[in-house]
Amino acid sequence: MNELDRFSRRSLLTGGLAAGFLLAFHLPLRAAVNEPVQPRDTTDGRFAPNAFIRIDETGRTVLMMPQVEMGQGTYTSISAVLAEELDADWSKVEVQHAPPNDKLYGNPTFGLQVTGNSNSIRAWWTPLRKAGATARAMLVQAAAAEWGVESANCTASKGEVAHAASGRKLAYGALALAAQGQTPPKDVALKDPKDFVIIGQPLKRLDTPDKVNGKAVYGIDAILPGMKFATVAACPVFGGKVGKVDDSAAVKLPGVRKVVVLDDMVAVIGDHMWAAKKGLEALKIAWNEGPNAGITTRDIWDDLRKASQKDGAVAKSDGDIAKALASGDRFEAAYELPFLAHASMEPINATVHVKPDSCEIWTGTQIMTRVQSEAAKAAGLPIDKVIVNNHLLGGGFGRKLEPDMVVAAVKIAKQVDYPVKVVWTREEDIQHDVYRPVYRDQITASLVDGKVSGWKYKVAGSAVLARWLPPAFQKGIDIDAVDAAVDAPYDFANFHVEYVRAEPLSVPTGFWRGVGPNNNVFAVECAMDELARKAGKDPIEFRKSMLTKNPRMLAVLNQVAEKSGWGQPLPPRVGRGVCVQPSFASFIATVVEAEIDDIGEITLRRVTSVVDTGIAVNPDTVKAQIEGGLIFGLTAALYGEITIEKGRVQQSNFHDYRMMRINETPKIEVIVVKSGEAPGGIGEAGVNAGPPALRNAILAATGVTLRRLPIDRKLLAVGKKA
Amino acid sequence: MHMATTLTINGETKSFDAPPDMPLLWVLRDILGMTGTKFGCGIAQCGACTVHVDGKAVRSCVLPVSAVSNRTVTTIEHVGSTPAGAKVQKAWLEAEVIQCGYCQSGQIMAAAALLAATPHPDDSDIDAAMAGNICRCGTYVRIREAIKQAANGRQS
Repeated sequence: MNELDRFSRRSLLTGGLAAGFLLAFHLPLRAAVNEPVQPRDTTDGRFAPNAFIRIDETGRTVLMMPQVEMGQGTYTSISAVLAEELDADWSKVEVQHAPPNDKLYGNPTFGLQVTGNSNSIRAWWTPLRKAGATARAMLVQAAAAEWGVESANCTASKGEVAHAASGRKLAYGALALAAQGQTPPKDVALKDPKDFVIIGQPLKRLDTPDKVNGKAVYGIDAILPGMKFATVAACPVFGGKVGKVDDSAAVKLPGVRKVVVLDDMVAVIGDHMWAAKKGLEALKIAWNEGPNAGITTRDIWDDLRKASQKDGAVAKSDGDIAKALASGDRFEAAYELPFLAHASMEPINATVHVKPDSCEIWTGTQIMTRVQSEAAKAAGLPIDKVIVNNHLLGGGFGRKLEPDMVVAAVKIAKQVDYPVKVVWTREEDIQHDVYRPVYRDQITASLVDGKVSGWKYKVAGSAVLARWLPPAFQKGIDIDAVDAAVDAPYDFANFHVEYVRAEPLSVPTGFWRGVGPNNNVFAVECAMDELARKAGKDPIEFRKSMLTKNPRMLAVLNQVAEKSGWGQPLPPRVGRGVCVQPSFASFIATVVEAEIDDIGEITLRRVTSVVDTGIAVNPDTVKAQIEGGLIFGLTAALYGEITIEKGRVQQSNFHDYRMMRINETPKIEVIVVKSGEAPGGIGEAGVNAGPPALRNAILAATGVTLRRLPIDRKLLAVGKKA
Repeated sequence: MHMATTLTINGETKSFDAPPDMPLLWVLRDILGMTGTKFGCGIAQCGACTVHVDGKAVRSCVLPVSAVSNRTVTTIEHVGSTPAGAKVQKAWLEAEVIQCGYCQSGQIMAAAALLAATPHPDDSDIDAAMAGNICRCGTYVRIREAIKQAANGRQS
């Protein structure tokens, strides 16, 4: 067992899991399997010390990416971590998508090759530093052997090993062959962060040059010889099936090749997407809508409100909550969040070629190995006969944590002998998503001497995790749904969190960027603002008084107060709102400044976020993720809602499922704090911040207490009361 | 009914068979294999499919190919050969605008058309020209900054 192997087992079985529970969303898996090591690659002229690093004789350094790139910049950040300890020449670094292989590339937190929960850097930080450092040590050993000197007297920098005493130097390319024969060291020292030369620099992203000229290849761009194009119509009612299909008109259309009828979906294959679309429009489909055909959003809310009255499973309880709530000034509120679709800009797609003894897939997914195993089932083939070629993702946001689109494409491709690219229309994408669940979050609190003395928080909603990763659903608690409820940043002496599982009638639910903390941060930060008002205190001063044991949070809150101009006078119907969040092991404070006009329309004036995410591997990416995350969350607060009528999703495209646009975008300032702490997660954190900060700004501007999203403009018109 | 169509795309003459009502988007992507132009919504709501026809930004997902015969089409693959397009691409990388990048072909085509017509746009010009392009990653702040950089040369 070499160093990497030994290290990874140790870290996962002890430190990984133990530390895990202190951070957001860590799963009580039996034993995560992660062995970032593979048999030596014996290809001549290459140094392949582990699953992540390939150096050839020219010095070309190829890094294999265990996580997928969906815009969050992880290819660059992961490369930076590897290259830092490898002392690689950054200008020679190239990246490749890793193939599906949980053993080699499984995310250490999940034990699966999955990209989600803002944990790519958190999970891989130490394993990849070790991988880089081990490779560097082997290159140094090779050079020392060549020169007949001690390794200890050699140094590595920018892809070269040097022996200072003799002035000799050898490039990594020249050492590749010899390094391949070296024994990996037992214990390898990692750099002191103060010696980092790549990590912490605002690095130019490795994936962006091909994204300005049309060369970048997303899953939807796969082109294969002889390929045809398909588009689909799924039963508009969740759970419904295909009844009868009359394809007599469709098959006569030019360019239409075949109509494929699946259990719950019909596909038309054509010479191009246009033929497939025209063919689909020409079909007469009778659906067996099934038992869900009468369901409306109102039914779902009635159910959820009822379920939320029940006692939940206790996720955390400190102190004596009953006693604390029996005294002081009592506060009760319920916060409600709607269904949301993901609406990645790249519509759902997968290209598949099924042959008698194999199945090959071209797509962009957040779950490589699950796609492979689910495709194998659908194709009726062993897993090792299924090849998955991953691509850049045109947005993921959690939608591509599901394999459904690949499974459907395999079933369609099974019907023909040529490769088929299956592309969903935007309408299908919006109407057949796995939706961010509706949540109802109730907070009961008591105030004593201007501080919270008792805090009882009950989350009611779907347990996405129970479906997605059943072993992680223990004792009736969805640890994602209560993630930032349990981790509330404040010092509450009597603190109690419960969870009620309530699955919405018929509507499939899934992870959505920002995941559980979206509902938790919203409820906590809305309640904190209301409690501050009740206590007659400034919202920031009120929070600060309960953050004395949380210095990192306190520091970002103090800084955001200063940078946002908190407390400075504002015109009428303009307000500032604050949000403090502990999500994904990052410490973030945000202030939104908004103006509400007489008819209740909202103008975002300014957003300021101060971020302590520990060591920022690529500070410019941290900034970009917060900027984008804020817009993602604010879009949901302003517009996001999926509603159900007659069992069907009512929204269909960007005209009725609106996105924020550039003309609505405020000035955004993001300040990334220097820190030596271990890196936190950042890809989703910004999403959590916008909705509560905006809602609190509206409260400050209008005095209207909103407790549901999206924001109801009617309640904000002059003269209206919530 | 298919018919032979001839178009000038990126300075080259292309002939192909396509139904006259087929949107230019699908001709580019599925017949000509030019995948830089993206499908986003199919109803001219998101701008991912933006190309230039005679230098103007248009949504190719709703533009029948028959409407552009004898016109000059420029796509993301070639916009770098125009002065405004080259400036925009450079500024996009300098400001590190891009996240997932899927909408950025359309954003860059819209910005290049804006700068070709209005070399020094103010914020309201930028809003007017770019509000038709959705970015789900939320890169708008940097898009605005990059357009100004492209207009003003190398400053941030």
